[in-house]
Amino acid sequence: MLLPVVALVCAVGLSACSSSTSSSPPTTAAKATPAASSDPYAQTDLHAPAGSLTGAGSTFDQPFFTKAFYVYNQQNSKVTVNYASIGSGGGIAQFQANTVNFGASDVPMSPLDISSAKGGQVLQVPVALGGEAISYNVPGVASGLKLTPKVLADIFLGTVKNWNDTAIKSLNPGVKLPANPIQTVYRSDGSGTTYIFTNYLSTVSPAWTSGPGTGKSVSWPVGVGQKGNEGVAGFISTTPYTIGYVELAYAIQNKFTYAKIQNAAGKYVSPTLTSVAADAAQKPDITSVDFSIVNEPGAASYPISGYSWALIYQLQKSATTGMTLVDVLDWLTHAGQSQAASLDYVPLPANIQQLARTTLLQVTGPDGTTKLLTTS
Amino acid sequence: MTSLATLPPRPGTGGRIRRLLAVPDGVYRGALGAVAALFIIVLVAFVTALVIQARPALAHFGLSFLTSTKWDPVHVHYGALVFLVGTLETTVIALVIAFPIGLGCALALAFGIPERLRVTLGPAVELLAAVPSVVYGLWGLLVVAPWVRTIIEPALAHITGGHGPFSGSQLGVGLLLAGVILSIMILPTMVAISRDVLMAVPDVEIEGAFALGATRWQVMRRVVVPSARAGILGATTLATGRAMGETIAVTMVIGNTDHFTHSLFGTTQTMASLIANEFTEATEPFHLAALIGVGLLLLVVATIVNLAARLLVRSVGRQRALGIGVL
Repeated sequence: MLLPVVALVCAVGLSACSSSTSSSPPTTAAKATPAASSDPYAQTDLHAPAGSLTGAGSTFDQPFFTKAFYVYNQQNSKVTVNYASIGSGGGIAQFQANTVNFGASDVPMSPLDISSAKGGQVLQVPVALGGEAISYNVPGVASGLKLTPKVLADIFLGTVKNWNDTAIKSLNPGVKLPANPIQTVYRSDGSGTTYIFTNYLSTVSPAWTSGPGTGKSVSWPVGVGQKGNEGVAGFISTTPYTIGYVELAYAIQNKFTYAKIQNAAGKYVSPTLTSVAADAAQKPDITSVDFSIVNEPGAASYPISGYSWALIYQLQKSATTGMTLVDVLDWLTHAGQSQAASLDYVPLPANIQQLARTTLLQVTGPDGTTKLLTTS
Repeated sequence: MTSLATLPPRPGTGGRIRRLLAVPDGVYRGALGAVAALFIIVLVAFVTALVIQARPALAHFGLSFLTSTKWDPVHVHYGALVFLVGTLETTVIALVIAFPIGLGCALALAFGIPERLRVTLGPAVELLAAVPSVVYGLWGLLVVAPWVRTIIEPALAHITGGHGPFSGSQLGVGLLLAGVILSIMILPTMVAISRDVLMAVPDVEIEGAFALGATRWQVMRRVVVPSARAGILGATTLATGRAMGETIAVTMVIGNTDHFTHSLFGTTQTMASLIANEFTEATEPFHLAALIGVGLLLLVVATIVNLAARLLVRSVGRQRALGIGVL
């Protein structure tokens, strides 16, 4: 029913709102409340971030954020960051209403979304990079089945129906493929993962573009839907002759069999942290409007990948909170990326880290001119 | 003789309590009225909020929101018929399984088994109601689904020749599994309430029937069950409500596809599971409005079913009073 869902969102929202005042460490120096009357500059070192921040949004980012913010807190004990993983939709809504310090979304906010944001000009910073493995369960077939973009799209369109279809067979000479029907599995819940996968299929297949198209929830021509990565992964592992897409971290940690996908350079590439990073590095000039990085050139690129984004306001109402916020995000997109790697997220390539910093340098204090990011 | 009310309050606690209790009736009435009104206010506020938020979608799609089978967020087309039917299908399957088992179980608990067994079995059934639905969902997906795929579905297809409702690919997840899991989830409601109603049948009636030479079975069929009919219907109504609104367990086992299925083995989606699936990431305004519209539709359908059941209970009660109906 809707009621519990709404109640849950409200509860999370409330806790996110109230925590900015209640859970800040017992320092008088800098609370994140805009109502702090005393001049923070008088009491604190300008460069020492302090206070408590709240964020909400993407569930994809949650394991990374939880670990990264914990580590950040170990290094800067005066800063706590509370992140509520209520989904990108909820994250954008709370960010628009200006009830959180930052939002997080698997797909950047659209110009329409931005137009209804209460806090003015919006900046979007890439914070996490993910790839997607095409995982399958075919008895007798090991990891590394080769698939071209067209065959992959045709499988999910339902036009390649059996595992021993000549389209698959001709790509994999020597592999014994059974005659069983292919059962495709997709994410039934709206997700950035689905967005990236359908974005990829739309990029490589005209039939997909004119059919289901790109989105976080699409109308799938064939297949079965399961909720969450764990749902898709669980279904694939318990049901033979299935194929689906799961986040790379999930596939690595669960030692799934996955396909090698032919990239734009014609090479068959396995999904790894390196091959996804190679793909992302091909496009250093991403923006919140032109953010797709699927099917990039380069012999080492794995073609199914995408970013997750942090959403912040360019003009920060409180200089202290704003300074803490940009410091946390700058750390997150640089040193913090080592935490990403430990959880099998793909660390941001150097040029994207630089892009994140350039974006964060645009954040100003309430006067609209003072830059808040201090890079040493 | 002076009545109690006119006595002056005695000093000490007793007097104070009496004075407290002597609050005028109007205050009680007011307090109780306020509590009752609170429910109505919450309900009205709830429905109003749903209507306001769903309005953009409902106004744009009109009746096609109810009659269209196409749910396509990418191309901004929202029709909820598939999910409406999915909710009704899973509910009916769950009731078909749970009703006979639940009634039998309730009869057994009320009359069929020795006292010692009853005191352990009764709470055990009620304990089933306390299991969180996500646990049912996990169990359904990881344990029951493989059984259904490898044993139940092939067996059903073999027995029936694999036609009509028993055709199609055997996946484990789907309409059948959702119905089965739901039936287990609503059993405690069915059993607990039915048992209480059955046990409330006056002993005089039962003893009278025995005295007339009725067998145990005849007493159950002709006296106990008919006498408790209204209550059993009430239990079924509550169970139906739970089955229609169940969200997470269904989401995990139904297969979540946005089209009809002609087979019990096929996959589809219910209104509740659709909302659970798409709500968190619905960023397009129309998408959100359409999902809230589905929530409103679910509320309306649940209300209609409830009202229908109420009318049925009332008419059954009247028949009983007039001495007509025999089950």
